[in-house]
Amino acid sequence: MHDPILGVENLRKHFPLHSGLLNRVLGHVKAVDDVTFEVHPGEIFGLVGESGSGKSTVAKTIVHLYGATSGTIQLKGRDVSQLDRQTAKWFRREIQMVFQDPKSSLNPRRNVTSTLEDPLIIYGLAKSRREREAIVRNLLEQVEMSSRYMYKYPSALSGGQRQRVAIARALAVNPSFLVLDEPTSALDVSVQAKLIGLFVRLREELGLSYLFITHNLSLVRTIAARAAVMYVGKIYELGPVEQLFRRPFHPYTRTLIAAAPVVSQAEEGVKPRKMSRGGEIPSPVTPPSGCAFHPRCSVAQARCAEELPPIVEAAPGHLVRCWRAEELASPREGVGRSLDPEVRRAERATLEGHDTESGPP
Amino acid sequence: MAERSLLLDVRNLHVQFRVYEGISRVLDGVSLQVREGERVGLVGETGCGKTVAMKAAMGILKSPPAQFPTGEVFLAGKDVLKMSPTEILAMKGKIIAMIFQDPLSSLNPVFTVGQQIVDVIRYGRRRAGDGRRPARATLRRTAVEALESVRLPDPERMLKMYPLELSGGMRQRALIAMALVNRPRLLVADEPGTALDVTIQAQILELLKGLAREAQIAILMITHDLGVVREIAERVYIMYAGQIAETGRAKAILDAPEHPYTRGLVASVPRLTGEVLAEGIPGTVPDYTEAPPGCRFHPRCDHRMDVCEKRKPLPVETAAGRHVACYLYGGETHA
Repeated sequence: MHDPILGVENLRKHFPLHSGLLNRVLGHVKAVDDVTFEVHPGEIFGLVGESGSGKSTVAKTIVHLYGATSGTIQLKGRDVSQLDRQTAKWFRREIQMVFQDPKSSLNPRRNVTSTLEDPLIIYGLAKSRREREAIVRNLLEQVEMSSRYMYKYPSALSGGQRQRVAIARALAVNPSFLVLDEPTSALDVSVQAKLIGLFVRLREELGLSYLFITHNLSLVRTIAARAAVMYVGKIYELGPVEQLFRRPFHPYTRTLIAAAPVVSQAEEGVKPRKMSRGGEIPSPVTPPSGCAFHPRCSVAQARCAEELPPIVEAAPGHLVRCWRAEELASPREGVGRSLDPEVRRAERATLEGHDTESGPP
Repeated sequence: MAERSLLLDVRNLHVQFRVYEGISRVLDGVSLQVREGERVGLVGETGCGKTVAMKAAMGILKSPPAQFPTGEVFLAGKDVLKMSPTEILAMKGKIIAMIFQDPLSSLNPVFTVGQQIVDVIRYGRRRAGDGRRPARATLRRTAVEALESVRLPDPERMLKMYPLELSGGMRQRALIAMALVNRPRLLVADEPGTALDVTIQAQILELLKGLAREAQIAILMITHDLGVVREIAERVYIMYAGQIAETGRAKAILDAPEHPYTRGLVASVPRLTGEVLAEGIPGTVPDYTEAPPGCRFHPRCDHRMDVCEKRKPLPVETAAGRHVACYLYGGETHA
């Protein structure tokens, strides 16, 4: 196994809560609380979670848009938790970010060329105007855009084209790592499919690695090699995508996969049984005690409310944070979903009565 | 099962807007039916005209700027396009009600949930011609019942809360309660789960489906999400650039799409089973001031023929209840 290209260890980002006349700090929102994961070279690593789970904060903390409260970040073996001047310059060329909404991440008053030239000027990557123009053309070609858009403004571009410009801007400094924060969520599926194809090709051609953040489980399943599931600031499950979807351990992961809207019977067939009693994601300002999912979990026990479970390796490379992971993995309770309808019926019977998704108990 | 009677019947509707660049022909002959108690999906990507179609059906498309050169919209037997504003007002809430994508912007932030529901109930009573003022206790009881029906916990307390105090899922439930309190026959839902997380969206869809079944309310669900449509709709209309490409049973269309646009659309959806994703659909949605003649999809279509740009294909029945507007499936290919 290669050394990871990105290593995040015990990352925390706590935002202070101010209030009152003296602006006293009343407490902290633990947006990211003890997050650890690695991304291998050439890998697409997915980070999944619902809104408020802290996945975007992880992204912004990694690229130093937010300063981490504690924890370490390593890029290509170099510690980049604190950036001195020299490291900062190197770091910003190695890692780039693409945001969800290209409408707000592009300056409406600057045309495509002017947007793409900026990084070239800042990092001194081109000597002359002609050289810059050649690079801009080349960048547009990389994101499969015609050079006739060179002098267009964002308002004249479609959503998909704008996102391509944002990707080209990220590629301008020849990074080795891209942080993609919901890069296709604002787009229609037919446009999304084209961009996903582009991301896959760029990774192969340029040897990139991605941290791909999304709430779309089917998308993660389609493009990522490994993924982590976040809930209220913490990772609750992490593993190879195929295992994560075939044998999800954590009740939250199961609930999330079970709730994903799908378009075929085949997908319906791979969904696990949900293990939720309904309810919504809690506010990170007042997170539940113990396992944050326990108020919604249909198999929660007294212990779950008292103590946060440690994250343990339930299968090779497959980490889970649940007190009952082992037990739920036993054949009797049935992990995932057996293909045998008899077994499925039996499984359902054992857990019946817990599964009251619609409505309070 | 006996054929249910027609509730909404949109016939060959054209809608256009006069804009600076010329005339923007948004809807090009849309026909769409919803029967009593039926759950129907209207699916299309951004800018395909689905919201314009829905607004026209509700009689809330302002004219001008909208122009209706041809077409009729029958709602419970009456043509909405010919109704007076008073008639349209009388119909709202009683026959047709609506919920929107973003529940927060549909609720008034300075009134409590209770005040807003009671307003809706009063409005419904007045329209019903019940001159007497209902007692406060009656109004309150109706409001509590409405909140209970959407399974909001602790409805008594909920009445005194402001929209900002509720979570996204609770707001959407409150909005559904308001939409249904005057017992409409058709609920139009415009992307009701899009702003919500998947687990909450699943709860809302489940709730809508249950309520529609219990109270025999028809649902017209407008969405871009094929997964959502499969979850809730019995029948679906696939719309592209102001034309209906294909219609039929939701599951049948998703399992075996026929129209080239639907094929491209369905293949673009990432799968939970992890299949390699197709490459989307080439090209982009046309500008409505210069919409392509004939089948509006033809410039992006791999199967286009000469006839496609000459005349708009009429729907061809390919199976019971399944219609495809494409010359690949027959129709007059020779002019």
